[in-house]
Amino acid sequence: MSGTPSSEKSEWTQHMDFSEDEIQRYSRHILLQEVGGTGQAKLKAARVLVIGAGGLGSPLMLYLAAAGVGTIGIVDDDVVDLSNLQRQIAHTTDRIGTLKVESAAKAAKAINPDLNVEAYATRLSADNALDLIGRYDIVCDGTDNFGTRFLIADACALAKRTLVSAAVLRFEGQLSTFKPHEGGPCYRCLYSEAPPPGTVPTCSEAGVLGAVTGVMGTLQATEVLKEILGIGESMSGRLMVWDALDSRFRNIKLRPDPSCALCGPDATIHDLSAHGTPEGPACAI
Amino acid sequence: MAGMHSSVTLTLNGESRVFEGPADGPLSVSGLLVVLGLDTKKVAVERNEEIVPRSRYTETWLVSGDSLEIVHFIGGG
Repeated sequence: MSGTPSSEKSEWTQHMDFSEDEIQRYSRHILLQEVGGTGQAKLKAARVLVIGAGGLGSPLMLYLAAAGVGTIGIVDDDVVDLSNLQRQIAHTTDRIGTLKVESAAKAAKAINPDLNVEAYATRLSADNALDLIGRYDIVCDGTDNFGTRFLIADACALAKRTLVSAAVLRFEGQLSTFKPHEGGPCYRCLYSEAPPPGTVPTCSEAGVLGAVTGVMGTLQATEVLKEILGIGESMSGRLMVWDALDSRFRNIKLRPDPSCALCGPDATIHDLSAHGTPEGPACAI
Repeated sequence: MAGMHSSVTLTLNGESRVFEGPADGPLSVSGLLVVLGLDTKKVAVERNEEIVPRSRYTETWLVSGDSLEIVHFIGGG
């Protein structure tokens, strides 16, 4: 099947002024009843921030770009290294040594030149997190250390932004969506604080199967698209755990913790002042 | 029987295991983590397909037939 029936196209173009090329590019989306012209217009208007242009961020950002998300912000202060290429598929051998945000922007624009990429070659910090996150509708955590993960969780809750979060190690992946501003649990309802430094192995110590980051980053992209489109069942209030060796997915119910320091009734976290300089990576650069 | 420790049969990470409760009462989630030697900061506990809030570990009592999974805290990207 190819092309778009003319009757459908006229109905579709009523929603937004899309070019002929865009109508063709997104035709398989437009065919979906749950997306259609209205949904594709929502994707075009959306602003998504991807923090970490690594194993998760690569497929995540590429699928968001391909899907027609209008604006994608990318935050990463690192440069492409040979050891990244086993899993970080937005980067290429000839871009080793270049900034990851520039390499990722190049890959995303190669798929979809209409995309607006906002690249931040910086490390997320307590000083810039609220400002950066506040510029976007949805935030994605694909970072490699617990310090930054808690910083993102706190900043998203304080700025009332939806956080789609994924993590990997070895053969395992975890994913959830956090919307405490809509009554759902937050990241700290699941993990209250970072484990003591050195007690949880890093990917550079323990390794990670490259394709596992691809699965989790792609699931993350799917959940972002669902949130923008407002379709299906949100992952808010649920934790997905995937064991690649068992080929087993589990969905676990996650409720708000009434004693949560970030989103509970007696919350003690009201700003980012407790966040110093993020620690080293929990997963290899 | 009076005077004996209560024991509970739990399904832990898919395997059936018998745990002895403490002398003074039933086994709690925090008691189980002590028996397993797990640091509460490094895991989340799933009981019957639901994450147990950390603040409720000491007062969440385990009964025979409960299914538990230990979810390990991971942060790689």
